[in-house]
Amino acid sequence: MVVLFGVVLAIVTQPLNAIATKRRGAHAAEIAELEAERDLKYQEIRDAELDHEMGKHSDEDFAAVDGGLRAEALEILNRIEALQGASDDVERD
Amino acid sequence: MAGLGRVALILALLVCAYGIGASIYGVRSDQDRWIDSGRRAVYALAVVLVSAFIVLEVAFLSNDYAFNTVADSSSATTPLFYKAAAVWASQEGSLLLWAMLSSLWSSLALFLVKGRLREVAAYATAILLGFAGFFVSLMVFYANPFLTTHPAPVEGAGLDPLLRFSTMLIHPPLVYSGYTLCTIPLAFGMGALIARKVDAEWIKATRRFALAAWLFLGIGIVLGARWSYAELGWGGYWGWDPVENAALMPWLVATAFIHSLMIQEKRGMLKVWNASLVCAMGTLAIMGTFLVRSGILNSIHAFGGATLGVPFVTLIGVLIAASIYLVVSRRDILKSEHRLDSLISRESVFLLNNLMLVGLCFVVFWGTYFPLISEAVTGQQASVGAPWFDRYTVPLALILVLLSGIGPVIAWRRASFANLRRNLLMPAVSALVALGALLGAGVMSKPLAIVMFCLAAFVVGTVAQELWRGGWVRSRAASQMLPVAIAGLIKRNRRRYGGYIVHVGIALLFVGVAASSSFEHLSEPTLTVGKSVKVGSYTVRYVKPTASVTPQSDSAHTGSTLNLGAVLRVSKEGHYVTTLRPTEGFYDSGEPSEGSVGHLIGGQAVSHVSMSSTISRDVWSAVEPDISAPSLQRIVEAGNKTISMMRPEEGMIAIAVLAREYLKSPPPAKFNLRVFPFVMWIWIGAMIVFGGGLIAMWPAPSTVVRRVSVRVGRRRRASHGLARA
Repeated sequence: MVVLFGVVLAIVTQPLNAIATKRRGAHAAEIAELEAERDLKYQEIRDAELDHEMGKHSDEDFAAVDGGLRAEALEILNRIEALQGASDDVERD
Repeated sequence: MAGLGRVALILALLVCAYGIGASIYGVRSDQDRWIDSGRRAVYALAVVLVSAFIVLEVAFLSNDYAFNTVADSSSATTPLFYKAAAVWASQEGSLLLWAMLSSLWSSLALFLVKGRLREVAAYATAILLGFAGFFVSLMVFYANPFLTTHPAPVEGAGLDPLLRFSTMLIHPPLVYSGYTLCTIPLAFGMGALIARKVDAEWIKATRRFALAAWLFLGIGIVLGARWSYAELGWGGYWGWDPVENAALMPWLVATAFIHSLMIQEKRGMLKVWNASLVCAMGTLAIMGTFLVRSGILNSIHAFGGATLGVPFVTLIGVLIAASIYLVVSRRDILKSEHRLDSLISRESVFLLNNLMLVGLCFVVFWGTYFPLISEAVTGQQASVGAPWFDRYTVPLALILVLLSGIGPVIAWRRASFANLRRNLLMPAVSALVALGALLGAGVMSKPLAIVMFCLAAFVVGTVAQELWRGGWVRSRAASQMLPVAIAGLIKRNRRRYGGYIVHVGIALLFVGVAASSSFEHLSEPTLTVGKSVKVGSYTVRYVKPTASVTPQSDSAHTGSTLNLGAVLRVSKEGHYVTTLRPTEGFYDSGEPSEGSVGHLIGGQAVSHVSMSSTISRDVWSAVEPDISAPSLQRIVEAGNKTISMMRPEEGMIAIAVLAREYLKSPPPAKFNLRVFPFVMWIWIGAMIVFGGGLIAMWPAPSTVVRRVSVRVGRRRRASHGLARA
């Protein structure tokens, strides 16, 4: 029982006893969120391309959908770059 | 040892309380180390509960009858593997199993999101520890698995005979894994609402665990159906039993959630709906556990035990209130980002699919809980049987299968009528070919079953077309052979094609259900040796009786004192088909009042089914020997008068005499004989469903996104990133 208690104590207190904790970058959470959105958008683009190749989208519909998706992806990439740039500036400062 | 277990439970409760406090403090004060400490409390909880579980397992395996649960559920003659599973036969042990599985799955989930979703994960940690703490509290205050009696009984009561089957080993852990996995998306959903971060990262983290919950719960449900069919003697696989329904409801909602989550991923729509679904899924899982553990409804699963109704109802009430509060108060962040572009779109089909699934869940919910509500209001118990459920679930199931065929061929956002006609042509032809084949074979009765067969052909046609076209595109692009291209297509688009394979499995499963229930042949004759009966196109003859006495002949390790049965010869149009050997096991009741011989066979009688299975039909049999026949009862009464309770070996001699008498002059026996067409397709369909689910869940090969140099222009940079998509 003492061993079990000791193991529990060691597990839960380890972060509290750590000498230094890794500093999170500024905007890290927002960048992570945008990267998740980016990955989803890439998947959508792939799905739309496959749908078009398999004949589910007409050429016109595909052009409209693909254009919209790529514009949304570009917007996300721009936001990621802006935040990464801002993070770099904060860290330099 | 029991002391170690009791202290472990108290330690677990303390760890839960600490972890909840540390996580909330950490997220409120923006201190990562406290959030991390809270997360690690979940790991520590898993260590403690696994230790407690091992203590109880060792007690069962070492026949330590000082433990009340061991004395109630095990015995020296219980086979080893049943002893190992008997841990979760009791209410107390099953609570420990639930808590342990919850801590293990929670540990895995939090480990996988480590470093991401910081605020959401912190709140989710607190909620998951809250659930675990609830179950640990039940054990500490209401149903302690480590309670002991001194002096310890010499022998245990043994495992309930109904549970002495191999599926009993795996069914509860799978179902409980499903239930506990349902609480993970719930915790992350509530955490996301509390932190106001209902976004893509949350979807990505939650989706896989929702799929895992769906998979485990589904496997557990099918195993339960298989157990009912292959082991119990009533002659079916699904009886709309409350505990069956309790697992089905969260599974239906999980299915809806997995589909509607895709709409939120792609279009930022249905956020309120998804938040509500994820809360409903977790709440229904807790309600399912409540039904199983509280004994509040009569069911084969609810085997006794003190009611835990009040704590469970309190928890369920809190969950419902919290869910409603969170969804309503966060409706500003749950606004849809887009509107439906077209009614002819995959979004529309998914919406309809969701409505059907939630509708099905509502029907099952009403039919399951109506007896309780009725009893509470009128004071009289009511019951809802299979015909009521079938009346409402069959039409919904037909629509669902139809939608599962349309969904894959319709594009996201918008599809034109022309495209839709083109893409639905081949599946429609498949359905018509199936209809023609059925009519040609003279299958004209049971129109709903015929519709289901045609819709299943429609679904198979759809998926086959998708694989063919996608494979053809890939084989041209990559210069590959078609089978290789199809394999590559599935590998690169696991979610999509895993889902399509699930649809095929569901279609086949429903074909099995429709065929076996609509075209079943049944006979329940009482036969003497040599007599025959017709069941559908088969003739079943009672050839001779069988009898065996434990332990020498207990090859199935069932622990029954006496097994009486029959040899049945099955033929069709004069040709031999198979031989069936159903038996019924008679168990020790443990009641001295039934006499020194009577008690040995006075316990619950359990049927051992015998069946012959092929791809096109099962011939199924169960027997109910008449042990109350005067010729057999004379032996029991004589034994009771002359044999002392202190000489059980003489009692077994009397049982052997009874067995010999049964073989010599068998009384007429009652049989339950059935022919189920295509019932094997249920199990095959289920395996395909779960195979597809595994494929959909498997992590895709990661997409490498290159960080492009700032010297490249913006548009080219974006294009490079997209080219790697």
